[in-house]
Amino acid sequence: MFWETISLAFREIRRNVLRSSLTILGIVIGVAAVITLVTLGGGATAQVAAEISSLGSNLIQVRAGQGFRGPGRTSGTAKPFKLDDAKAIAQQISGIAAVAPNASRSAQVIAGNTNWSTSITGSTNDFLFVRSWSLANGRSFAESEIRSGKAVCILGATVKRELFGEQDPLGASVRFNTITCQVIGVFEAKGQSSGGNDQDDFILVPLRTLQRRLAGNTDINAIFVSAQDGVSTTKVKEDIERLLRERRRLGEGQDDDFFVRDMQEIMSTLTGTTRILTTLLGAVAAVSLLVGGIGIMNIMLVSVTERTREIGIRLAIGAMEQDVLMQFLVEAVVLSSFGGLFGIAFGLGAAALGAKAMNMPFIFNPGIVALAFVFSGGVGIVFGFFPARKAARLDPIEALRHE
Amino acid sequence: MNSREATRSAAPLIELQGVTKIYGAGVAAMPALRGIDLVIEAGEFVAVMGPSGSGKSTCMNILGCLDKPTSGTFLFEGFEVGGLSRDQLAVMRRSCLGFIFQGFNLLNRTSALENVELPLIYRGVPVALRHRRARAALATVGLAGWESHTPGELSGGQQQRVAIARAIVTEPKVLLADEPTGNLDSARSREVMELLTTFNRQQGLTVIMVTHEPDMAAYAGQQIHFIDGLINSAALTGRTL
Repeated sequence: MFWETISLAFREIRRNVLRSSLTILGIVIGVAAVITLVTLGGGATAQVAAEISSLGSNLIQVRAGQGFRGPGRTSGTAKPFKLDDAKAIAQQISGIAAVAPNASRSAQVIAGNTNWSTSITGSTNDFLFVRSWSLANGRSFAESEIRSGKAVCILGATVKRELFGEQDPLGASVRFNTITCQVIGVFEAKGQSSGGNDQDDFILVPLRTLQRRLAGNTDINAIFVSAQDGVSTTKVKEDIERLLRERRRLGEGQDDDFFVRDMQEIMSTLTGTTRILTTLLGAVAAVSLLVGGIGIMNIMLVSVTERTREIGIRLAIGAMEQDVLMQFLVEAVVLSSFGGLFGIAFGLGAAALGAKAMNMPFIFNPGIVALAFVFSGGVGIVFGFFPARKAARLDPIEALRHE
Repeated sequence: MNSREATRSAAPLIELQGVTKIYGAGVAAMPALRGIDLVIEAGEFVAVMGPSGSGKSTCMNILGCLDKPTSGTFLFEGFEVGGLSRDQLAVMRRSCLGFIFQGFNLLNRTSALENVELPLIYRGVPVALRHRRARAALATVGLAGWESHTPGELSGGQQQRVAIARAIVTEPKVLLADEPTGNLDSARSREVMELLTTFNRQQGLTVIMVTHEPDMAAYAGQQIHFIDGLINSAALTGRTL
C-alpha cells in the first residue's frame, strides 16, 4: 500500500512536470541558498582556522601604526620600533615564550640565470618558533651569524621552487641588491593564507643582515610575540600595550601609534561574522521555505479540486479517509522533497564553483544537507496536510457528481 | 425443504425498515425518502425505476453505504448499518459492495488493468495476486488483451466492461449499478446487461440496478418503482414483499 501511494504520487507529479517544477521552485531556491552559504561559510572558517593554527594560536603581533581602527596615520608614517623595544618586551613582561623582532624589504633575487621577486624578512631564530615554521631541510641560523649579520638565508618553499626547481639549493648562493647570500635551509611549505597570499614566498635572513645591508637603518616593522602555553594572551597583550605606551612616551588621552593583536581577537571577529551569517541564513531559509510551502499548499488545493471526481471514485470503491489523506500528503511530501534534493544539488554545485572562484576549500557538510532535506520534507507535511484533509473529507456522493 | 427453511430463517441480505432521508432542515427541509420498507434477498436481480426526484438515487446511495438514512433501519445481513461511521461505511463498501456508474467513472490516463486493481490496492492485496485477479476479471468481461489500454483508448462499451470488472474483482456480495446503460447504444447495452445477468445467474451475485429503460429492467427478476419518495407497491412485479 505504501509503495503504491509513493508511485501514485510520482505519477501525478510526472503528469504535470511544468507545474510541479514551478511549485517546488521556492523550496529549491531556499535550500540552494542555505546549502551554498553554509558550505562556503564552512570553507572560509576552515581556511581561517587553519591559518590561525599555522600562525600559532599563542601569537601576538605588535605593529607600528593604527591598524585597522579608523582613519589616521598609517604604519608608514608611524614611528617604527627598535631592537630595544623587542628586548624590553622579552625582559619585562612575564608569560612570554619568545619574541621575534621583524623587518622586511622586497627585492629581486637572482640565482644562476633565474630571478624572482620576493620579500626578504630579517629576524632571529625565534621567528621559526613564534610563527610555527619548520625546516624542510638544512639548518637555522647560528648564534654568531645572527650577531655578526652574516649573509646566510633560509628560503621559503615558493622561492626555492622558482629559483632552484628540483635542485638542492643548500650551499648555493642567491643574490639580491649587492649581497650574495648563502642558502643554509629551506622551510616546510604552508600554502596560501585566507587573503590569498602565498605564505611561502619569502626569504629569511638574520635581522642585522637585513638592517645593515638592505635597509640601511635599525628599524623594526613588527614584533612577533609568543605567549607561554596556558597564559592569557589578553593579559600579555595589555602588558605589552602599557609597556610600549611608556617607551613611546604617549601621555594620557593620546591614541596608540601602534597596535597589538592576538589571535583571540581574530577568532572573535570570525565567530561574530559566523553568527551574523547564521542568523541571516536562518531568516533566508525560513522565508523561502514558508513561501515554498505556501506554493505547495496552493497547488495541492488546486489539485484536490481538479481531482474531486477521482477522489469520489476512490472513496466509493473503498478508500478510507486515511487512504486519501495519505495519497495527497505523500504527494506534497514527495514534491517538497524533490525541491529539497534539487536545492541541495544546485547548492552544492554553486558552493563548489564559488569555492573554486574564491580559492577556498570546498567542505561538504553532511549535517546541513541532511537537515535541509528533512526540513523540505517537513514543509510538505505541514503545508500538504490541509489540502490532503480537504480531499479526505469530501462527500463521496458530491465528489462523484463533480464535473 | 430443509434448505429452504434454512435460508428463510437467516436474515435477508438487505432490509430497509421505515427508512427516511430528509435534506436540509426546518422550512427548507426536503424529504427525499418518506419511509421505505424493502427486502432484497441474496442472489436477486432488482431493477429500481422511477422518475427523477422520486428518491431512487437517494435510496441507492443509502444501499451503497455512501449516505446515511435520517431515520429508520438499514440492515445488511441482519447488521445495522445506519449508525456506522464514515470509515466503517468505507469498510462496508470495500468488503461487500461493487459499483457501476452511468459515466463509467474510470480513472483517466490509467490503464484498464490498474483501474481494475484499484479496489484491491485499498484491500491490501499483494501485487502478484492483484495482477492475477485483475487480469482474470478483465477476461471475464471479455477484455483479455486490453489490459494496458487507458479509458481514452476504449469504446464506451469497453469502458463500462472495465468498470464491471473493477466492481466484481473484489467478489462483492452486492453489485450496485446506477444506470449502467445510460450512455450506451442498444447493442452495447445488451452486452452489459447480459454480463450482469451472467454474474447474477452463475455466481449468485445480487444486482441492484437503477434504470429508466423498461427494456433493461426486463432483465431483472424484480422491479421496484419509486414515486415521491415512496415505493409504488402497485407497480411491484415479480416476487411481492
